[in-house]
Amino acid sequence: MRYLMLFTLFFFLMAPSLAQKAEQIKLKDLQLAINTSSERIQVFNFWATWCAPCVKEIPLFEKLNQENKTVEVTLVSMDFDLDPNPDKVNRFVARKNIQSKVVILAESDPNSWIDKIDKNWSGALPTTLIVNTKSGKRKLVQKELHEGDLEKLIAEVNN
Amino acid sequence: MMLVCVVMLAASPVKNGYEVGDKATDFKLKNVDGKIVSLADFKEAKGFIVIFDCNTCPYSKAYNERIIDLNEKYAAKGFPVITINANDGYGDSYEDMVRIANKKKYKFPYLYDETQAIAKTYGATNTPHVFVLNRELKVSYIGAIDDNARNAASASKKYVENAVDALLTGKSVPVTKTKAVGCGIRWRDA
Repeated sequence: MRYLMLFTLFFFLMAPSLAQKAEQIKLKDLQLAINTSSERIQVFNFWATWCAPCVKEIPLFEKLNQENKTVEVTLVSMDFDLDPNPDKVNRFVARKNIQSKVVILAESDPNSWIDKIDKNWSGALPTTLIVNTKSGKRKLVQKELHEGDLEKLIAEVNN
Repeated sequence: MMLVCVVMLAASPVKNGYEVGDKATDFKLKNVDGKIVSLADFKEAKGFIVIFDCNTCPYSKAYNERIIDLNEKYAAKGFPVITINANDGYGDSYEDMVRIANKKKYKFPYLYDETQAIAKTYGATNTPHVFVLNRELKVSYIGAIDDNARNAASASKKYVENAVDALLTGKSVPVTKTKAVGCGIRWRDA
């Protein structure tokens, strides 16, 4: 019993450093993920640690990630433009114990690539892009999402 | 099923807001000093640098000095800066605006678009979002202030300055539209 308690204590102390480190990706990596045919519906959420409405809606994506295995969730941090140091993002991920995949889009000069992610995107955060990579159908929502929105959007790209 | 698809395509939303070349609307909005301000009040103006801004967004904060500098440089040349806050909540109340404008000693209007009607009409999406207008209120440039939010000194493309300089010298604006990452304007009905 004592060993179990010690082990549990050890595990919880180690947990933060076991949390994922957000991978830094380039535009071409993101474009590949958006365009490569996959069995799963791709959900990309564009967020940043400084964006309050973004942070507020993250639990919706975590829930989706946990409950719906036909969907792949990627939280794309846009923090790089104002702060290229990944520490802030990694600390946020550890603190919130985020389970969904988090990547940092490590690109400057957003004007040169916002259109390449989606030509209808204004660059505003939060923004969510949902892609059915098999049919090519996609939905771009440029505002904070609420309970039930994601399920509706996924159904729309699925039919 | 096919019919449904066609209907859905036909119903895809028309882009809201101005394109370059459109004539912008004037407005009557409350300034931080309590007075109502319109573009028509500026009888000597050769144009306007209208900026949809807010108190809270880190992009607005990063650009704040540059916004102040734009007014310093261009108001005397006939292109005053006019800032408009259309944000709902999260520290962007009228009282918060007054506080910031006083603290930063704004020499330009900081107007409150409480109903968000002006932001919607112009098509402002995130802050800061610039609309450079000529004397006839024709939209001549839409978008970011420059190409480097993080570091003013490293900005190589100063979009707004280039647009205003072009208008002042009767040349065509070199880059008329850009996009920027930023805080999406929080809409009341969102």
